[in-house]
Amino acid sequence: MAYSDKLLDHYENPRNVGTFEKDDDGVGTGLVGAPACGDVMKLQIKVDAEGIIEDAKFKTFGCGSAIASSSLVTEWVKGKSVDEAAEIKNTQIAEELALPPVKIHCSVLAEDAIKAAVSDYKSKNGAGDKDKTEAAE
Amino acid sequence: MNDIRNNKAPIYLDYQATTPTDPRVVDAMLPYFSDKFGNPHSRSHFYGWEAEDAVEKARGQIASLIGADSKEVIFTSGATESNNLAIKGVANFYKDKKNHIITCITEHKCVLDTCRHLEQDGFEVTYLHVGENGLIDLEQLKDAITEQTAIVSIMAVNNEIGVIQPIAEIGAICRERKVFFHTDAAQAAGKIPLDVNEMNIDLMSISGHKLYGPMGIGALYVRRRPRVRLVAMINGGGQERGMRSGTLPTPLCVGLGEACDICEAEMDTETERLRMLSDRFYDATMARLPDVYLNGDRNQRFPGNLNLSYAYVEGEGLMMGIKELAVSSGSACTSASLEPSYVLRALGVEEELAHTSLRIGIGRFTTEEDIDFAVDKIASEVERLRQMSPLWEMAQQGIDLKSIEWAEH
Repeated sequence: MAYSDKLLDHYENPRNVGTFEKDDDGVGTGLVGAPACGDVMKLQIKVDAEGIIEDAKFKTFGCGSAIASSSLVTEWVKGKSVDEAAEIKNTQIAEELALPPVKIHCSVLAEDAIKAAVSDYKSKNGAGDKDKTEAAE
Repeated sequence: MNDIRNNKAPIYLDYQATTPTDPRVVDAMLPYFSDKFGNPHSRSHFYGWEAEDAVEKARGQIASLIGADSKEVIFTSGATESNNLAIKGVANFYKDKKNHIITCITEHKCVLDTCRHLEQDGFEVTYLHVGENGLIDLEQLKDAITEQTAIVSIMAVNNEIGVIQPIAEIGAICRERKVFFHTDAAQAAGKIPLDVNEMNIDLMSISGHKLYGPMGIGALYVRRRPRVRLVAMINGGGQERGMRSGTLPTPLCVGLGEACDICEAEMDTETERLRMLSDRFYDATMARLPDVYLNGDRNQRFPGNLNLSYAYVEGEGLMMGIKELAVSSGSACTSASLEPSYVLRALGVEEELAHTSLRIGIGRFTTEEDIDFAVDKIASEVERLRQMSPLWEMAQQGIDLKSIEWAEH
């Protein structure tokens, strides 16, 4: 199986490996996959007061494509609003890394990881209540 | 093999998949492609006699390796064909009287698939389980044998985890119960001592390219006393005592014979050397890395196989980082699928650990230098990948991975 240079670069020099304190209010954590399936991704976003993702970190247990997919999305989400980040589609990831068909599930997992991180952030920060709060003011 | 270090070719550590043909074997084969090209079945002229002599010498070399008579050895295309012929051949010959076959769940796919086909034809098959060490339970075997059992097929050395089944004990049980005993010795012949008489083996499959002989040739030992009879799968000119028609490939036969001869002559010293290399790999790895587990029995194994689970690091991801090494994650036959190895699962290895396994195959051309390089390369990569593994992080924080509700996908 031949992998693209971009994929190999992300595998060999992964960006943003690490962990944020998951209890911080500005941090959203997504943990997706399962060890028994051979893939687990942990993706974290750190969101500023404006709702913009200022930093992102990941850790992944999985094949090279899974590591590269999660590394790539940590780069992509930075500077985006949480809602924009949640719009990232697995097909964009698969295309960017030229994933072979048997590895498409890695990009799906990366998309799920972002969505899970955004959803965790929102639930911690009561995003659903945001409009209500503003209305009350 | 110094070029390897200069990034020209990876170090070969996949001797269970195939072995390089020994240069001495190639030398023995070459004349039979050109000068001595005769058809070994030609009875009327010198070319045929010359080729026939070469084939019969090779047959004798194979027989000698396993303590058989040369008349009991037939040539096939490889161990897959030998396994098919042994099991289907015996099952079909005796089907009017007996319809039961016993094998084991960790057998090679070609044995399991053969048995599945026979099940579709109406045969009953018992698949014995194995313990955590990969070995069958002899009491279970005894209990499984019935009046209807025609044949027991248990491999000698497992291709994935290298464990050696108790062949002599199985042979004794089968002989006592008057059931034929076939063993797939593709990974064992030429590697561990085998004697068809001492071990009461009735049929044995051998592969050329697993013992430093050429690809495309194998052999099947078929006992003459007490006689084992089989229905041939390939019909034609009646070569190989009618059990396998087709013109014998003289150069390949010569190569297999020579390969067996070398294995027999060098087995004791080579086993000692492989054990030293295997221990060197294992000890150095264990000293450097925590949470590494050996799959299969520690002692009852062929030393040229080390199947290790590097916990918290996925095997395929690990292999991408060790391009300087040619190793296998799980069996090469099943690694096209993303499922964890059925052999490791049969041992009760948990799925998450099964995903972290590498098979290190050590063989005739492996050096101490290769081992040291491989240990260091793998350990460095495992350390790097653990630093980015969420499972490693959780384990270090004392979180029990089983306490988490994972979303299976």
